[in-house]
Amino acid sequence: MLLLTQTFTFTYHKVSDWQWVLNHMSLFWSLSITHLYLALTSVAIGFVIALPLGALAVRAPRTYTGVLSITTVLYSLPSLAVFAFLVGVTGLTDTTVILPLAVYALAILVRSVADGLTGVPDDVRTAATAMGYRPLRQLWSVELPAAMPVIIAGLRVATVASISLVTVGSLIGIGGLGQLFIAGENSDFITEILAGIVIVAALGVLCDGLLTFGGYLLAPWARRS
Amino acid sequence: MIVASSASIGGIFSYLTTAANWSGPSGFLHRLLQHVGYSGVTLLIAACISVPLGLLTGHTRRGGNLLTIAGNASRALPTLGLLTIFAVTIGVGIDAAIIPLLLLAVPAILVNTDVGVRNVNPTSVDAAYAVGMTPLQVLWHVEIPMALPLIVLGLRTAALQVVSTATIAAYVGLGGLGRYIIDGQGSGNFAELGAGAVAVASFAIVTDLTFRLAQTLVVSPGLRARTSTA
Repeated sequence: MLLLTQTFTFTYHKVSDWQWVLNHMSLFWSLSITHLYLALTSVAIGFVIALPLGALAVRAPRTYTGVLSITTVLYSLPSLAVFAFLVGVTGLTDTTVILPLAVYALAILVRSVADGLTGVPDDVRTAATAMGYRPLRQLWSVELPAAMPVIIAGLRVATVASISLVTVGSLIGIGGLGQLFIAGENSDFITEILAGIVIVAALGVLCDGLLTFGGYLLAPWARRS
Repeated sequence: MIVASSASIGGIFSYLTTAANWSGPSGFLHRLLQHVGYSGVTLLIAACISVPLGLLTGHTRRGGNLLTIAGNASRALPTLGLLTIFAVTIGVGIDAAIIPLLLLAVPAILVNTDVGVRNVNPTSVDAAYAVGMTPLQVLWHVEIPMALPLIVLGLRTAALQVVSTATIAAYVGLGGLGRYIIDGQGSGNFAELGAGAVAVASFAIVTDLTFRLAQTLVVSPGLRARTSTA
């Protein structure tokens, strides 16, 4: 009986040590900030490059095939391998994590931007041209807004993937919430690992929700579908 | 900085070209076989679970939304977190590593199989029923051949994810090519770290190319003229 109680309290302590969680709220907060900074900066850089590349792709299909084959290969490279390789080049800096994650985001987003722009109905383009829109202005004020739902869908995938992948950076000593996994593994402390998983997943869901809501605001015509 | 980087790339090159690093239990060949082994076994188990299930949900057109939600949720979960939590609860080794690997591979194959079968042109399915095929014949002779490129795409996505994650699994004691990265990081040996990175990246590219080739080969001859796989 005594043994049973001991085992119970022991597991309870190990799996969900709420006192520990409460005592480490400020740690979670600062790790989350670093984590989001690394993840979102990467997606932002990827997006800024993907916009012109995707737009160019629609006008020059052959360039698109070329760009796509390069990004597909880069996308297939395991994150840990790229981080490890970059440590020798960029050192233990944020760049080592942000650069590969930006490339992954770029690989996803080039496709969404190109798909979104290709999906703009010809009638819309013709109407815009007839109204006197110059090509660049037409792209910015007509085609990109029309492609918004597809682009947002790509942004959601890229953001969630990026938030999850930042944790791998902690294996080479950089990163936010992944440090909870490393520390938890080293001390066999399940609560710490669980806390990390829950916060990372929650950040992913939160950003996904915010982007969905943003898309809802930006593309009111797509609300019904 | 540039001096440091060129020196480290030279170190990686000499690590890769040293014959002693290729043989023995910690040599590239053995580690590569381990990596292929873990990934292959995981992919096989995942395929045995997900392909039949995806065929069922796609054929009956039920449960697709649930699959999409599960697929999206699995993307939000951090792999490293799953690996470490299973390592702490089950123990370090292959048993603990294979569960997170399966958790990643199953949704990728399942969702693609389901979508592939579900999106087969309904006219073809109706025509097959109209000429008197049984549901099983429709599945085998119409839906599976037409969905095959997408099913293989699911296998390719899963394979890449498994290869990539098996690398990270070196952190919780798994062998394979990821060992060089984890060990090199642990001992500050950047030549070993970089050599491991090059080995893992090469293996991932070969895996991707193999499955991409498979994707084009599995297009049924009857469909080859009309469809193109991306």
